[in-house]
Amino acid sequence: MPEPFSTVTSRVIPIPRANVDTDQICPARFLKITDKAGLADALFFDWRFTPDGAKRVPPSFIDEPRNAGRQILLVGDNFGSGSSREHAPWALRAWGIRAIFSTSFADIFKGNALKNALLPIVVTPERHAALTAALAASPDGEWTVDLASQKVTLPGGDSFDFEIDPFARKMILAGTDEIGYVLSQLPAIEAWEAAHPARVDTREGAAAR
Amino acid sequence: MADRPRTLVEKIWDDHVVASEPGAPAILAIDLHLVHEVTSPQAFTGLRARGATVRRPGQTVATADHSIPTLDPSLPITDELARKQLAQIEANCREFGIPFHGKGSPTRGIVHVIGPELGLTQPGMTIVCGDSHTATHGAVGALAFGIGTSEIEMVLATQTLLQRKPKTFQVEVTGRLQPGVGAKDVILALIARIGVGGGTGHVFEYTGEAIRALSMEARMTLCNMSIEGGARAGLVAPDETTFAYIKGRPYAPKGAEWTAAVARWRALPSDPGAAYDRSIVIDGDKLEPMVTYGTNPGMGVSIGGRIPAPADVDPAAREELERALAYMGLEAGRSIAGQKLDVVFIGSCTNGRIEDMRAAASVLNGHHVAPGLRVLVVPGSQQVKAQAEREGLDSVFRAAGAEWRESGCSMCIAMNGDQLEPGQYGISTSNRNFQGRQGKGGRTFLASPLTAAASAITGVVTDPRTFASLASPAAATQAASPAAEAN
Repeated sequence: MPEPFSTVTSRVIPIPRANVDTDQICPARFLKITDKAGLADALFFDWRFTPDGAKRVPPSFIDEPRNAGRQILLVGDNFGSGSSREHAPWALRAWGIRAIFSTSFADIFKGNALKNALLPIVVTPERHAALTAALAASPDGEWTVDLASQKVTLPGGDSFDFEIDPFARKMILAGTDEIGYVLSQLPAIEAWEAAHPARVDTREGAAAR
Repeated sequence: MADRPRTLVEKIWDDHVVASEPGAPAILAIDLHLVHEVTSPQAFTGLRARGATVRRPGQTVATADHSIPTLDPSLPITDELARKQLAQIEANCREFGIPFHGKGSPTRGIVHVIGPELGLTQPGMTIVCGDSHTATHGAVGALAFGIGTSEIEMVLATQTLLQRKPKTFQVEVTGRLQPGVGAKDVILALIARIGVGGGTGHVFEYTGEAIRALSMEARMTLCNMSIEGGARAGLVAPDETTFAYIKGRPYAPKGAEWTAAVARWRALPSDPGAAYDRSIVIDGDKLEPMVTYGTNPGMGVSIGGRIPAPADVDPAAREELERALAYMGLEAGRSIAGQKLDVVFIGSCTNGRIEDMRAAASVLNGHHVAPGLRVLVVPGSQQVKAQAEREGLDSVFRAAGAEWRESGCSMCIAMNGDQLEPGQYGISTSNRNFQGRQGKGGRTFLASPLTAAASAITGVVTDPRTFASLASPAAATQAASPAAEAN
């Protein structure tokens, strides 16, 4: 069950890359697990290590010593494209990331992130440029993301509001489970099913062949 | 609402809304849930932890495709993690009563190949799977999309999903595709034009004369890569081609149910005057075989084209292109044709169906693959494999010096031991050329089965139209022969 989550205050890791796909975030060979263990190590693995397994020099973004412990990412357009693997947000959360700023996120990744209380925060290209400049000017400044007030506060006190799916926000703030919400509407599901006979029965195939 | 002209997507959506509270996403009923070994284990664990059961096991079906070896199935699986994952899906299906087409089953295969092939995938359905290429099933006129593991657990427990209504994006392909040009080239051309994020927040509906002329399997190739253009789903309205494909398949409606189903399906196509949120027109007559040069599926050019120079592209995309070319080890300005290859991969949920096998075999027949080249042909399902063997296609591949394997995702995702080595170049009929996708450090050119097969003969990226065997390309790329495929 998720924990309620509202605020993160952290320094920020810039990853100025567009179209970062989920194969970069968590390469496929780490998907053979049957639980969620060990995924922090898989995060951006091939960016961090050479094919021989040596740590790259200079170190990749999240491995830069100054970036240790940082919980917020500032990334390029269309983050999380490609595969639907929820291992990507699991790996980001396992590393400690709680919020990601971008101009856009891939649809499936965005949904998966919200279900793991990892905040995908969409900003305009202008805002993104301003944030990039602010981060360059103050690379060790702390940003605060407050989900309850939907407000981001930058070092120096500047702040701005952000949009996020209102339903997902409510779920994350309360630590509520979406399946519980849907099961609370079971009568509606039962009524729909009664009015709509199943289109197929996957259990009947053997006889048909 | 019924008075307003509606799109195909809106009709399917409206048919499946169970409840929608203000401010909350709709609860959307799911007709068919496809499950595979890689993205489901944690969902079953979650289900068990909450003491829940699978609400509709008869609307759920599972197979093993991603981490399964494509070698002799009687050999033990040497990868301990893969073996454990494969054992787990079998155990989970047994525990929860889900039909499982597993190792040794003649109906096992890539989840997006077996769904349509068994007739499970039908027009007007909502179909989900923990896999982004679920869009494939949109080819029959179903709203089909990929979901994450939390959503898999949701569907297992409730047979519904919480969803916001997607926007619609009409992709009209006019005219007629030229010989040697097929669905793979259409989708690569679309993505090259709109970019890998171009369809975000939307569902594609493919329309137009060129789409109508495509076989069902070609439509599957097209819809399959909708996600590569950022759209979670892509659909083609059902028509006579669709009905002919589905009729007689094991799970297709029979008798009076068939007649009723077809009547229902005929009402699905978008109404005249229905409005789309966005639209684009592509001139099908002008399309050529496409090949990617970079590290996302939007980085593609026609086979006669050149690798673009960073200086020639939009400044915002310049650095990304520089990094892509550095990873690919390619020089800007050079022709894409003639680039050297180490490996050819023919298969995947994009191009692993019988028509794809026939297309590749039509080019390779009577030829031998280039010296030193590794050519891997992996059928999309055990039924595709059996059909290809009945037609003697396996002999064509073997005689040409290619490897003929058991079905699975194989080198598309490189989880099962089939992979590129660091630095190797592969031309692949799969869907993703991301860094490391086909193996750590591997470098991928995406292309059609015709282009991949032609390149297998020469050992370099090659225009398939240079081979005389393409004299009758319609037969190779668009032949719909459901009778020959039905078992």
